[in-house]
Amino acid sequence: MSLVMNKFYYTEEHEWLKVEEGNIAVVGITDHAQDSLGDIVFLEMPKEGEDFTQGDEIGVIESVKTVSNLYIPVSGSIIEVNSDVVEDPAFVNSSPYDEGWLVRIEMTEPSELEDLLSADDYTELISKEE
Amino acid sequence: MKNRPIFYKKKEELKNVKLSALSVGIPENLIRKKPLRFPTLAENEVARHYTYLSTLNHGVDSGFYPLGSCTMKYNFKILEKIAGNESFSNIYPFSSEEDIQGLLEILYRTDKSLSEIFGYAHFTFQPAAGSHGEHTGLLIIRAFHKDNGESDRDVVLIPDTAHGTNPASAVLAGYKVRKIPTNDQGNLDLEFLKKEVSNYKVAALMLTNPSTLGLFETQILEIAEIVHDAGGLLYYDGANANALMGIIRPGDMGFDVCHLNLHKTFGTPHGGGGPGSGPVGVKDFLVPFLPNPLVKMDDGMYVLDSSSKKSIGKVHGFYGNINVVIKAFVFIIMYGRDGLKHVSQQAIINANYLQEKLKDVYKLAYNRRCMHEFVLSAAKLKKDFGISALDIAKRLIDYGIHPPTIYFPQIVSESMMMEPTESESKEELDDFIQIMTDIRAEIETNPEILHDAPITRVVGRLDEAKAVKEPKLTALD
Repeated sequence: MSLVMNKFYYTEEHEWLKVEEGNIAVVGITDHAQDSLGDIVFLEMPKEGEDFTQGDEIGVIESVKTVSNLYIPVSGSIIEVNSDVVEDPAFVNSSPYDEGWLVRIEMTEPSELEDLLSADDYTELISKEE
Repeated sequence: MKNRPIFYKKKEELKNVKLSALSVGIPENLIRKKPLRFPTLAENEVARHYTYLSTLNHGVDSGFYPLGSCTMKYNFKILEKIAGNESFSNIYPFSSEEDIQGLLEILYRTDKSLSEIFGYAHFTFQPAAGSHGEHTGLLIIRAFHKDNGESDRDVVLIPDTAHGTNPASAVLAGYKVRKIPTNDQGNLDLEFLKKEVSNYKVAALMLTNPSTLGLFETQILEIAEIVHDAGGLLYYDGANANALMGIIRPGDMGFDVCHLNLHKTFGTPHGGGGPGSGPVGVKDFLVPFLPNPLVKMDDGMYVLDSSSKKSIGKVHGFYGNINVVIKAFVFIIMYGRDGLKHVSQQAIINANYLQEKLKDVYKLAYNRRCMHEFVLSAAKLKKDFGISALDIAKRLIDYGIHPPTIYFPQIVSESMMMEPTESESKEELDDFIQIMTDIRAEIETNPEILHDAPITRVVGRLDEAKAVKEPKLTALD
């Protein structure tokens, strides 16, 4: 059973979002996602300063098995990209919720957080898949 | 004594070789300054090197190769022999029509045969691969809509089970892609499809039938009606057409455009980098849009007809990969109408036999009769014992069997997609079933061996991530 963090928000596309303070949030992919993808070998990330609307495709994750898109859980602009994971994507596999974070965003529509899944909802979602 | 390739020769045994004789006429700045280091070898050492390397291969000539989706059937050697005949291989590409009547007759008759088998008016043989066929088919669809004043149709619908080439071809042809989910029966979600055709200006739906789950899409007539009523066209991805020959025709199911993979269904080995051939067939109303030229019969002569002004133009030099078409032609006339039907039936029977015998040993993704291939899931084994589809696939290598396709289709977690093809005997299938059963027992009794597998080959488990990130592309330092 994959690890799910309490107090994080989740999407059906297996991204997580953690609110840091105010409108600042961090986004990554879940433990379940990294486990399903297998060894991640390449990340294509957005540029800092780019603005996106909820659900927009902001990047690409390539693993030894497949290539999948990364979507932004809520609208916002990219304020930081984790350059360590771009350099070595293995961090996403080894530490999906911590060192393997992908982007830091400034949310422009924090009310959209209500659309996201809770840890319990997400646990239920992946228990069907696992 | 251990057999080894020459890569393991000691550095001292390498000798500097200056290829001075070959330097004549080459500009000074392009001549290699440092001599190349080559091993000094006797002829027998070279012969042993290559013979040894050849024994490390696994092909359909050396053993079972149940690679789902890719259709690694056995192809008769005579097909290669005929296609390799000098009368074909030495034809000058710019020969006049009068001088290549025999070759044009083969193209003409293969077009007629495929049109009859799959229900179309004409095929073009120019596309060099399945994906190239998809792209060509979509360009034809785009040209058709444009001709109707409907250039604003900008969306292609594609199921979530589709081959990855479908969305790639659609984007390359200038379309946006919308994904249609699969329902719990393994069929297309019709309600979702209905919403999509009313919400978007749909140019086409691309469908593989049987799907990549190995399942026949039983709602196909209803799907065709929904798409056609919305003004869209239906595209048949013929990657799995080897399950249908002589039984049912995509043309009769409502597919307006179809591509075939001659290099998997019709007698040319698949894989190894080609050459392939992805002919595209169309219904009557789309014939004017086919790439020029088409082979036609005019007053007793075969001619290359480029008269259509609406043609999308050429998509390949000359007439495509002719050699593959010749093999398809021989395959068709060797089997004949009843034989081709038997080929598909045997492929379906073999797959169902394996599915039935393995479905209680492993978990079946969709519990219903399959066509020419089926999908097992190792998801529960991964959860219970930590053994993944990858581990099982690697262990099969130890037993001298090529692994099945794994992790595709993506909608099945830990998927293993198996296609025995029509080529294998019951004894071969029974051996495979026994091996799969033995591996299932090992998962509980000896899981370490599965994590390490393969353990009997020259190389063990490879670090796939490292291979992608730091590829080593040279044998010598």
